[in-house]
Amino acid sequence: MTIEAVDLPIDWGETMTAQKETLEEVLNLAASHFKVPRAKLAPDDDFFKTLGIDSLQALDLLTRLENHFRIELPDYELQGVSDFRTLAERIQARL
Amino acid sequence: MESFRGQALSWELKHGVVELALHRVPCNEIGSLTLEELEEFVQALDGFEGEAHALIIYSEIKAGFCAGADLRELYRRSQEMGRQDAAQGVRDYLERIHRVLTAIDASPLTTIAAVHGVTFGGGFELALVCDLIIADKMARFCFPELRLGLIPGFGGIPRLKRDLGNAVVRDLLLTGRSFNATKLQQVGLVSQVVAEGEALRIARATATQLGKFDRRTAIAAKKFIKPIPYEELRQEIDVFCELFVQPAVEAGLRRFAESEDAQPYLP
Repeated sequence: MTIEAVDLPIDWGETMTAQKETLEEVLNLAASHFKVPRAKLAPDDDFFKTLGIDSLQALDLLTRLENHFRIELPDYELQGVSDFRTLAERIQARL
Repeated sequence: MESFRGQALSWELKHGVVELALHRVPCNEIGSLTLEELEEFVQALDGFEGEAHALIIYSEIKAGFCAGADLRELYRRSQEMGRQDAAQGVRDYLERIHRVLTAIDASPLTTIAAVHGVTFGGGFELALVCDLIIADKMARFCFPELRLGLIPGFGGIPRLKRDLGNAVVRDLLLTGRSFNATKLQQVGLVSQVVAEGEALRIARATATQLGKFDRRTAIAAKKFIKPIPYEELRQEIDVFCELFVQPAVEAGLRRFAESEDAQPYLP
């Protein structure tokens, strides 16, 4: 299937940029707070395994993300989410 | 007794302020030990009336204020008893908890919960009996009981209804989701949101401020402003006990007890 430029939403480029920025902020925040080198975190990594965190620490991360992005992110939105990219998408949906 | 150092909690009277510190690892879960020491505390609380004007409740545990009832102990004890004995045991336990929390709720002292981190279930209910909640920005509040097939049983529902609009109460209870401190300040439950690690310091500053006012006036004002919902508290115990004997609850408690995760029922 070919997507013509005319088929894309007008702000497609801006949306992708915003999503990349959000993902980068999530990765930076996680690296900084859990004291893991930023270079060791990749968007599709399982954050529980990569950061070595349990569910309590995941809640801590959730609160930090909410405070940083000034959003509310219900924990059920994170059901089954364990990678940074999907987490960033959930955040982006609230901005 | 002006000071006490227990295994789950300690208290001390300093400059007219009683400070109750919770310090049972992993996160101040309220089981039989904590309940016994809380019962000692409320007995001592009566004696502070002439000497103190405020009570601050806070936690020395990094993970948070209080993660709620000790569900692993509750499950273990309910398995050791027969079904009927377990049901009566739960009712007895709830009635003891209610006596403790209502004593704090009705105390003539102005009460402040200085909270951080995990403030879930019974921990949220402990904060709710206080006149003011001062939360650091990392505090997180939740009533996860529905995930276990239960409702809050330590007086949370009547006290939420006392303090909040019904829509927010429905959101909290029916979704079981956790709220951050900023959200709860926006809806009027949290008095102040402060920087990480600052809740106790600011609670102490607030308590100092409270000490400037005439005690009799403050006591009369609090009694007038803050009704204790005795009838609804009793109803909550009844509903909780009816639900507790359902098979879904035993299954939920078993999953919780058998998990090694700190908060296995989230998200």
